[in-house]
Amino acid sequence: MGLGKYVPATSSEQQEMLKTLGLSSLDDLYVDVPQDLKVTELNIPAKQSELEVRRHLTELADKNTVFSSVFRGAGAYNHYIPSLVKQIAGKEEFMTAYTPYQAEISQGILQSIFEFQTMICELTGMDAANASVYDGASAAGEAVNMVVGRKKNKVLVASTLHPMTIETIKTYAYGSDVEIELIPEVNGRIDQAALTTLLTKEVAGVLVQQPNYYGLMEEATEIGEQVHQNKSQYILSVNPMAAALTKTAREYGADIAIGEGQPLGLPMSFGGPYLGFMATTEKNLRSLPGRIVGETEDVEGNRAYVLTLQAREQHIRREKAKSNICSNQALCALTASIYMTVMGPKGLQDAAYQSYAKAHYLAEQLTEIPGFDRVYPGEFFHEFVTTCPVPAKELTEQLAKHGILGGLELENGLLWCATEMNTKEQMDELIAVIKEVCQ
Amino acid sequence: MELIFERSKPGRYNQMIPDLDVPEVAIPEAFKRESELHLPEVSQPDISRHYTELAKQAHGVNDGFYPLGSCTMKYNPKINDEMAALPGFANLHPLQPLDTIQGALEVFTESEKLLGEITGMDHMTFQPAAGAHGEFTALLMFKAYHESRKDSKRHKIIVPDSAHGTNPASASMVGFEIVNVPSDEAGCVDLEALKAVVGEDTAGLMLTNPNTVGIFDKNITEITKIIHDAGGLNYYDGANLNPIMGVVRPGDMGFDIVHLNIHKTFSTPHGGGGPGCGPIGCKAFLKEFLPKFYPVATEKGVEFTTPSQTIGSVKGFYGHFLVLVRALTYILYLGKEGIPEAAHNAVLNANYMKHHLEDLYEVPYGGICMHEFVMSVEKIKKDTGVSALDVAKSILEHEMHPPTMYFPMIVPEALMVEPTETESKETLDEAIKVYRQIYEDAYKQPEKVHAAPANTPIRRVDEVGAARNPKIRYEFS
Ligand SMILES: Cc1ncc(COP(=O)(O)O)c(C=O)c1O
Repeated sequence: MGLGKYVPATSSEQQEMLKTLGLSSLDDLYVDVPQDLKVTELNIPAKQSELEVRRHLTELADKNTVFSSVFRGAGAYNHYIPSLVKQIAGKEEFMTAYTPYQAEISQGILQSIFEFQTMICELTGMDAANASVYDGASAAGEAVNMVVGRKKNKVLVASTLHPMTIETIKTYAYGSDVEIELIPEVNGRIDQAALTTLLTKEVAGVLVQQPNYYGLMEEATEIGEQVHQNKSQYILSVNPMAAALTKTAREYGADIAIGEGQPLGLPMSFGGPYLGFMATTEKNLRSLPGRIVGETEDVEGNRAYVLTLQAREQHIRREKAKSNICSNQALCALTASIYMTVMGPKGLQDAAYQSYAKAHYLAEQLTEIPGFDRVYPGEFFHEFVTTCPVPAKELTEQLAKHGILGGLELENGLLWCATEMNTKEQMDELIAVIKEVCQ
Repeated sequence: MELIFERSKPGRYNQMIPDLDVPEVAIPEAFKRESELHLPEVSQPDISRHYTELAKQAHGVNDGFYPLGSCTMKYNPKINDEMAALPGFANLHPLQPLDTIQGALEVFTESEKLLGEITGMDHMTFQPAAGAHGEFTALLMFKAYHESRKDSKRHKIIVPDSAHGTNPASASMVGFEIVNVPSDEAGCVDLEALKAVVGEDTAGLMLTNPNTVGIFDKNITEITKIIHDAGGLNYYDGANLNPIMGVVRPGDMGFDIVHLNIHKTFSTPHGGGGPGCGPIGCKAFLKEFLPKFYPVATEKGVEFTTPSQTIGSVKGFYGHFLVLVRALTYILYLGKEGIPEAAHNAVLNANYMKHHLEDLYEVPYGGICMHEFVMSVEKIKKDTGVSALDVAKSILEHEMHPPTMYFPMIVPEALMVEPTETESKETLDEAIKVYRQIYEDAYKQPEKVHAAPANTPIRRVDEVGAARNPKIRYEFS
């Protein structure tokens, strides 16, 4: 008898198949494997039933704390995910397909990617989007590689980017020998005077995050003008929620828009899988990495979709390809499109606006407590930094006891976030607990 | 099929969140969006139907046989998805306090133990997002390792001419020069050719074993030794691990770093293109070069550590956690008995199919294959004009996914067949019948094969036109 582990072959079938092959045992299949290399038995646990595995995994999940009240963002955002989103994204036809290489039987997946590309173009104001990359941070690494060339090998990166994105960019640049220089900040935003002096001939591009890591709105239009005066490319990393409501990357003058798509219907998932998106102008289209779906016709003249512009990609260009990406985040991209469809323009803008309004309410309430002041002045979207009169860690530990995930501890305070998920009641409770702890 | 935008009517709306319960705050003019946001305005019932229609025009492992070579399209267990959806995993913020994420961190340390044992490696990072990302990460580690030894001349990476495109592309993203080594008559690494190219400038070798023609390279320890003796490192592309897991380990073959395609070997769904999960395992001497956020179990629980000579981070946070939860579920379910059982049956199924096809379809690299085999349609094409593409398109008419086409590049008119262990003998027999029928058609009525597929939702598409005149987004009027 088989072990019942997804292998349908019965022992008699195995024997029959081996006989067909003129072999007597399964071991005969491995004649090419040197005998001395073979493992006799793996040192891993013995097989378990589905029920036992379920118990084990559930135990692991139960060891974690799921906070009912989340005031932390910093790259992972707690937004409402409609039922329909999870249901549709869970359809087996979508889940269990590979990359849509065979257009004739993959129109559903190809069309969904075309729809996704369109929605990303709409959010960013760009002409062309790819089918996704791994996440927002790796999108930044790819964007840097996209703009550099033989003559210009330097990219300026705002120090107000998410630290993990900066870290990732530096790692990518370590590989490609691209020079990265950080644009200093003043009051939590890009120091534009410093930027002016940094903009030299070698600068291929400038990468800015809007809203930035501290939640602040950068002077993105003015920065863009400076960048273009220097004939460098302007890369903006945007939060897709904020992008529904605020100026698009294109309106800020960006040549390339990138970002982390997790807020668009993906659970926080302890950091992944998320969704990197990349969009650009028509001019840059052929340097965009990753898969791209295009509209075409079949031989009978029916509208059809197909993977296109593949001459950019690794399977054709091999070492000459600019990017090595093969698998991407297709199912996450599908999830995001379903999310944007269910929310619609009004719903998405409402969720974005509520995040904005609630963060402002929270900031107002917090800063009324002595010792809580906004560290940086200026406009913010749905995140902001405050000081903390007690050691920040102490405060967040106390909050955790009340089921609240407080702001993220930074060197100079706490980075708070609010979304449509935070009710007024939750915020008032947060304020009450803080008052109790800090008094 | 209508696009979702074509189903849209202004004014349709789905209520999802309550009304605002705090005071309104105006958004400053300077930051207000100027252009209209065109997103679909469709009611929930119609959204549901739209995606159901799309789903009907998709083909997953659940819809039928999917022997896509090099992709290991095995059954995707549903228990995996259920475990990944547990709120204690799915709803965790990545920046929660350590004491609130111990279970999640144990998923990492437990997976490291299991996958480390399966691959013969000492440490693993789960940060890489997919196979290609794992290659990239490993090559950064190669670079950092050689630099740490002040061995600055090592700027070449050797890859066989049969390698997957991501191998040379990843190496080139790390600034390495690529040296292609030819394959010998058996489809394996030509030892003499390899010896001729190694030297003081060799940073390392990238190899998959079994290789991309499905053959286990029996000279493997000699190959890895040639590289080591020259001062280089060996990288194992784990895309082809499925047939050897529990049988032989890359770590014992002489490899220093391996990547795993969790979304192939370890049964997690590929989602129409991703997300994957591409952890890499390394030998102890490379540990200090691993990416940041390396989880280590201590007496106080699991903590993230930063390796002393870390290459940095290759993405945000810690990797495709929910994909890994699925793989852990799978490995524990199979256990030490089920892992090799899967491997054995993957190999058995591939050989069975090959046996029943090789009299018609030429298999240039013969002998016993591993999990996959590569057929060449070259002779058929010469005789009849029917190409690998035509054969693949004919297969589409039978509710089966065709094999991988035109890869590896060393086989002309290649079709790469990987049935996997989760397919029954009945399915294989049916596929064999279909493939044999297409062969017959190629000789008797080639025009039928050229015209295939006839019964799919659409017929063959104009790819050239799509690339020449790219239309890659919907235009709102
Ligand atoms: C042999 C081989 N190596 C590497 C890869 C790249 O893996 P991924 O798509 O996970 O990046 C693939 C995937 O098709 C492959 O077949």
